[in-house]
Amino acid sequence: MGSPRSSRNGFLRQIEGSVIYILCLFAVVASLVSLVVLLFDVIQDGIPWLDLQFVTSFPSRFPEQAGILAALWGSIWVVGITALFSFPVGVGAAIYLEEYAPQNWLTSFIRLNISNLAGVPSIVYGILGLGLFVQALALGRSILAGALVMTLLILPVIIIASEEAVRSVPRAYREGAYALGATKWQVTRGVVMPQAFPGMLTGTILALSRAIGEAAPMIAIAALVFVRFVPTGPLDRFTVMPIQIYNWVNLPQAEFRGLAAAGILVLLIVLLGMNSIAIFIRNRYQKRAR
Amino acid sequence: MKKAARTLAVRRRQQRLREWIIERLLFASAIVSVFTTLAILGVLLFEAVGFFQQVSIIEFFSETRWTPLFEPQYFGVLPLVWGTVMVTIISLVVAVPFGLGSAIFLSEYAPERLRKVVKPILEILAGVPTVVYGYFALTFVTPWLQNFFPQLIVFNALSAGVVMGIMIIPMVSSLSEDAMLAVPQSFREGAYALGARKHEVALRIVVPSALSGIIASFVLAISRAVGETMIVSMAAGSTPKLTLSPFESIQTMTGYITQISLGEAPFGSLEYSTIFSVGLALFLMVLIINLIGQWVAKRYWKRY
Amino acid sequence: MVSDVKIDVRNLSVWFGSNHVLKNIKIGFRPNAVTAVMGPSGCGKTTLIRAINRLNELIIGSRTTGEIYIDKEDIYSKETSVFELRRRVGMVFQKPNPFPISIYDNVAFGPRIHGVSDDKELQGIVERSLKEAALWDEVHDRLQDSALDLSGGQQQRLIIARALSVDPEIILMDEPCSALDPMATSKIEALMRKLAEKYTVIIVTHNMQQAARVSDYTVFMYVGEVVEYGITKNVFENPQNELTEKYITGEFG
Repeated sequence: MGSPRSSRNGFLRQIEGSVIYILCLFAVVASLVSLVVLLFDVIQDGIPWLDLQFVTSFPSRFPEQAGILAALWGSIWVVGITALFSFPVGVGAAIYLEEYAPQNWLTSFIRLNISNLAGVPSIVYGILGLGLFVQALALGRSILAGALVMTLLILPVIIIASEEAVRSVPRAYREGAYALGATKWQVTRGVVMPQAFPGMLTGTILALSRAIGEAAPMIAIAALVFVRFVPTGPLDRFTVMPIQIYNWVNLPQAEFRGLAAAGILVLLIVLLGMNSIAIFIRNRYQKRAR
Repeated sequence: MKKAARTLAVRRRQQRLREWIIERLLFASAIVSVFTTLAILGVLLFEAVGFFQQVSIIEFFSETRWTPLFEPQYFGVLPLVWGTVMVTIISLVVAVPFGLGSAIFLSEYAPERLRKVVKPILEILAGVPTVVYGYFALTFVTPWLQNFFPQLIVFNALSAGVVMGIMIIPMVSSLSEDAMLAVPQSFREGAYALGARKHEVALRIVVPSALSGIIASFVLAISRAVGETMIVSMAAGSTPKLTLSPFESIQTMTGYITQISLGEAPFGSLEYSTIFSVGLALFLMVLIINLIGQWVAKRYWKRY
Repeated sequence: MVSDVKIDVRNLSVWFGSNHVLKNIKIGFRPNAVTAVMGPSGCGKTTLIRAINRLNELIIGSRTTGEIYIDKEDIYSKETSVFELRRRVGMVFQKPNPFPISIYDNVAFGPRIHGVSDDKELQGIVERSLKEAALWDEVHDRLQDSALDLSGGQQQRLIIARALSVDPEIILMDEPCSALDPMATSKIEALMRKLAEKYTVIIVTHNMQQAARVSDYTVFMYVGEVVEYGITKNVFENPQNELTEKYITGEFG
């Protein structure tokens, strides 16, 4: 039963549909599998070398004695100072753009800059740091220079995330405060920021967790590769975990591969910790805000 | 009475002053971004000028050899550009099919619960530090690929490209998926009502309607691949050359910058200034890619 | 079963989750006529016509029991191809939903997926469909323009042309004029009467005057059940059911 022009190709279309479904499913599965393989490979190589001695020693020519202590502290110092700079500036910029900025060409220009900067390769930031902070401002190849570079690198990310957080504060809250005679800053500080704070904090922690995995800009400002001391101040020379890992991978002896993998595991654990904190904050405050 | 009025006026003035200062501070924070862009351009151009005083621009863009660290010195950036391009193309060959396929699956086939679980897991791929990918490329992917391609040497473009592709899959899949989910359900219903099957709805209606967003995801992936540093430094090699074989070692622009930064080139030397000239070329390349991408995305944008 | 029934709905019940939307519907739609389905919001009229082209199945959590026979074939049986069913049963939606492509490609979409690849044949189908939908004169010189450039009324006629392009037998319309101005509405109403000469037309409407103007038969539904069904003139002038009368006189809506 059917009219003169009933479907001519039902069977073919069915086969076509199944093939496409399988291909798309395969795409997802393969992507997930590659993640699993990656983690498995790193864990398998690194676990034998991961112990307390590893975390508390300095790098050495002898693999058995080598450890990631200097790089771990270097990373902590750099990320710490980066947080100090990037959080206020990023949040401040976001607040300005969302609450204060007039709708003019300058504001659009600033927004354009931010979205462009988000796409600039991280090594270009390193080159900027080299020319500006290391040389022109004569900060040398110090933690401070590294932190300033990182700050500029992750600033667009923090700004965009914080803008989201500020935008999500309902207008009704602001209007209620204005109606009581509050000034702009009083409204911002008393109403907007407390509401937006968890989102801003989450965004910053996620941005910092990206910073901790970055090697390229630090290499460009020539953070040292072989560091046998724990930094004591922001003007000290330093190295970070990704660079230490990179260095070990390039050494000829096979044992250093294992050390590199162990270093990766330490880095991943730190990352996992930071991301978990960020997600925890986000979930906890999302429930409250309801 | 008068005293009270006077202190009120003083307080108001103080408040207005405070508000003004705060607004200036916030504005300063926002301006940092403009400052950053200017600083990047400033540093690159300033140092590159020094470079181009010694090396002609024509040589830079037309010479096919790059040997600043050897005698005789050649300063043709093409081998580095080609290395970048080759690795990027390989990464796209991986990321586009797997990323787009994943996006289609998640947006059109997968039930909501599955999507909520799988999407964040795919995002993890984007969060893994690039040193880890570099390690993976060197210690796992290269030996594994050597089973299929015995002519593959330790440092090669193929491993780096494949691993880079894996890294940018989430970029393509997340953004494409968002673009596809934004296509109104009424379009799908109209197509189903005509007797279309699921894959026809997905490929003939949803994907073309979301094309602008999908292309934007490709462009983002390309500029990420072009700017990537650690994977290529660790796995692709440090021998700049113009070759069509992905099995050989090459060097990308970012790989070169890494190499020279780790070296002993003294400040102010010609070799040192190559950091900035190559950096400038890289910056311009990313800028052009983004501009082209915006133009293409706008061309395919469909309003609904 | 009356011999000239095109669509025979028997014991049809539809649930969305735990919401029992259609309760044991029994009704026979006549061929080559316009049947209006009317009733207050939430009475299930849209769900009823979407059951005829099985579009309810797109909604997660939907469950359908009962049978619908089109020409003695149960469309809910396992042997039925739902894709072929949807070719035979065309649908026009409340808000026109042309694809964001050209006018030509919109109308050609259906034939293309059902296997027509010859360009000349496609051109012929597109022209015929647009003529039948009373849109050809207005768009024949700009078929490559985007369908979104058309006015609301034109878009709706485009949707009708799209439905006609696959040679259906039945045309379902879900409040097709609710988003249109009166002039566009009257064009479409005239089109409905013309289409009924060749097809079986079922329209859902909450506009009683439209039902009275346009339809040969009227179904009145209330909270998931068929309350009254008959020749339009009779239903409006001599309603058998008290509820029908109350609805028609506007006591509730």
